[in-house]
Amino acid sequence: MALTLFYITSAVAVFSTVMMITRFNAVHGLLYLILSLLAIGVLFFLLGAHFAAVLEVIIYAGAIMVLFVFVIMMLNQGQKTIEQERVWLQPGTWVGPSLLAVILFVEMVIIVGYGGGAATGNVVNAKQVGIALYGPYLLAVELASMLLLAGLVGAYHFGKPMLKVTKTGRSS
Amino acid sequence: MNGIPMEHGLLLSIVLFLLGLTGVLVRRNLIMILMSLEVMLNATGLAFIVAGSRWGEADGQIMFLLILTLAAAEVGVGLGLALQVFRRWHTLDADVLTGMKG
Repeated sequence: MALTLFYITSAVAVFSTVMMITRFNAVHGLLYLILSLLAIGVLFFLLGAHFAAVLEVIIYAGAIMVLFVFVIMMLNQGQKTIEQERVWLQPGTWVGPSLLAVILFVEMVIIVGYGGGAATGNVVNAKQVGIALYGPYLLAVELASMLLLAGLVGAYHFGKPMLKVTKTGRSS
Repeated sequence: MNGIPMEHGLLLSIVLFLLGLTGVLVRRNLIMILMSLEVMLNATGLAFIVAGSRWGEADGQIMFLLILTLAAAEVGVGLGLALQVFRRWHTLDADVLTGMKG
């Protein structure tokens, strides 16, 4: 039962990843990438890592992909954007990802219908993760926060409107 | 006992990692390269989760959390760089960035 779901979800993940790297349009690729991330979230759930599954959906498929959408939208301007919007609203672009999403949704319904964990055993719940995270791994948490701060500062400086380049190539 | 064989989970993570690597090597669009990098990071996270689930330990999920923070920081800086590249060269083609000064 869990094994069948595992293979179906793996097929969805691999298929959507292949579709992602073969799309010419970045937004089409992004749709398939989100599908791939959601499929891996379902895999985490099947493997008993419920906390990681929730984080995968909220942070990866939610926050990080929104960043990609923002940047892709910022890089399109004017008339080109309107034509692209028209193309994106064609059924061909969203039918594939929607079908894959429906497959994942049906799997979730089946899992919930069977009372949560399916037959995975070895469930590592959020409490165990939290106890380990703030016990032996406390230093790693601090380092991760430093990394995020460095990423924030770097993104702030790179995101400035325009770094002025003089003739000598020096930025001011 | 876990219903899912560990080998199959690791095989899936290897396949996803190789797909992401192919994307990084083949695509020339900076955004697509970053997206393929995401796939690669995600595949390593999957490997950690599979191993953690196999032994019933929380360490796998903690490693996944650290990979998640790494991916978030990397995407923030990478997309900022992509924006700067687009503003200077008006393209996202990675092949444009072949010359160095000095």
